[in-house]
Amino acid sequence: MSTLTTNYLAPTGREEAWRFTPLARVGGLLDSAVAVSSVNSIKTVNSQNGVKLTVKSVGDQPAISTSDDLATIRAREVVTEVSHIEIAANAQLERPLLLERANLTGKPQASRTLITCGANSHATIILNNSGNAILSDEIEFELSQGSTLTFVSLQEWSSKAIHLGRQHAIIAKDATFNSIVVTVGGSLVRLLPTVEYSGPGSSADLQGLYFATDGQHLEHRLHVDHNVPNAKSRVNYKGALAGDKAHTVWIGDVYIRSNAEGTDTYELNRNLLLSDGARADSVPNLEIETGEIVGAGHASTTGRFDDEQLFYLSSRGIPAEIARRLVIRGFFAEIVGKIKDEEIENRLMDRIDAELAKVGA
Amino acid sequence: MSTLDIKGLQVSIATEAGFTEILKGVDLTIKSGETHAIMGPNGSGKSTLAYSIAGHPKYTITGGSVTLDGVDVLAMSVDERAKAGLFLAMQYPVEVPGVSVTNFLRTAATAIRGETPKVRTWVGEVKEAMKSLNMDPNFAERNVNEGFSGGEKKRHEILQLELLKPKFAILDETDSGLDVDALRIVSEGVNRVKGNSDLGIMLITHYTRILRYIKPDFVHVFSAGKIVEAGGPELADKLEEKGYAEYTTA
Repeated sequence: MSTLTTNYLAPTGREEAWRFTPLARVGGLLDSAVAVSSVNSIKTVNSQNGVKLTVKSVGDQPAISTSDDLATIRAREVVTEVSHIEIAANAQLERPLLLERANLTGKPQASRTLITCGANSHATIILNNSGNAILSDEIEFELSQGSTLTFVSLQEWSSKAIHLGRQHAIIAKDATFNSIVVTVGGSLVRLLPTVEYSGPGSSADLQGLYFATDGQHLEHRLHVDHNVPNAKSRVNYKGALAGDKAHTVWIGDVYIRSNAEGTDTYELNRNLLLSDGARADSVPNLEIETGEIVGAGHASTTGRFDDEQLFYLSSRGIPAEIARRLVIRGFFAEIVGKIKDEEIENRLMDRIDAELAKVGA
Repeated sequence: MSTLDIKGLQVSIATEAGFTEILKGVDLTIKSGETHAIMGPNGSGKSTLAYSIAGHPKYTITGGSVTLDGVDVLAMSVDERAKAGLFLAMQYPVEVPGVSVTNFLRTAATAIRGETPKVRTWVGEVKEAMKSLNMDPNFAERNVNEGFSGGEKKRHEILQLELLKPKFAILDETDSGLDVDALRIVSEGVNRVKGNSDLGIMLITHYTRILRYIKPDFVHVFSAGKIVEAGGPELADKLEEKGYAEYTTA
């Protein structure tokens, strides 16, 4: 038996990165005494030309990025096989590639996936996370020059699921990464949508929607590393909270390095508190090492339901319950509309309606 | 024939210092087909009257009654008042991001009429009403009042008036912020609805300008929370000439 070298030290909760997370609820994923097993958790629902899924041993497919996230560090130590989805160079996918989870047991598991987009390829990938799981998951994206990837990550987990995840994109020259993260299910979800660049003219658009009800902890920690000149980033996350002990956390870190001249970045987080007893934490951070930029800004708002909107709609005969539904749907429409899949959009809006009805908000 | 009857209406709002009485006993009866102009200086409580009748939660009714054909309006929720046939065209219509005008109008019409309007006739109805208000067709795809100019907001209010067909409309400073052309278009819209439906109108305004387009049958002078003088259209001419000084320096 060889000596295991490890970088992993379980978090205590005092670390900046973990201070909002209820560590007692992460299902053993961060406990070095708990066995976490490796799983190939991704399967394709509709195979298409120009798309290839292979499973490789971790030795043949090491991680392409560095991470100081403890959940990711542990996952990398545990995982033995990596799923690799390749979008061929110049491929233009006519319809979205649908991904689902497989082989999840509800016991602590870790999974890694690499998605590579060949030069000038154009693809939309929709990952549907559903069912029960205790999963630590890393997905890395490598976008080659001139490629465009829209990645939709739907967290529609069942109510007991625990999901720690990192979704990290490396974006080459003139490539565009669009991320749409929708988190409505699960007991505890902590996601790290993060981005770095490998060439100028690259662009990231990170959109998100979350809706937390009774007791749910939904955390999104974004990090955009402007490490090249003339790259662009946009972040827009919207959340609603209702019910006792619903908790959301949004962290938006944007780092503009000294060589990142011509950076254009803006990040926005808006939260809507629909009832007492819910808590939204929102922390935008902007660190700027050069002044030679196009623009950098951020905004964060957390507020209650706008009674004037409700009055306006009600004064036109619309019952309060329907008026609230209209306003909430309107609040999220901007994000949901970007998915460009009517079936999924309708399903999400119905889910949001159902969540609202459940909490009587 | 319907009657909107306001009797001895007293209304307060909560302030840091406690309750402040704004309306101090308002009496007014409006019948179908009648147009009543309510005129008065800023801060006299005209808008409070409008919002209290519509049921805005900010206002507390402390006395008096409002009935529509004998039915207690004040006991109704806001949406019930609209369904009973009251409509308030607001001075400052509220933005509702993410809700398209089309969706909003259809939802409101469904609520008021008690059934979803038939798609074929409804689309034509909306188009026709928009056309007569000089509104661009792609207006329907915009979000409710979001980024609308002052004139667009007022046209949108009158568009709703045309489509929802209330028994009584309260027009709260509909003329404010409108240029001459917009004022004419909006006024024509109001007159068209009245011509088609026997609408009763409470027209709240600070200026006599709109009365050139929408002819009142009665004019009431409002000051310090109540009606202090009532008369016919000639009263507006007197106000145009002499202003409100006579009513405010008590």
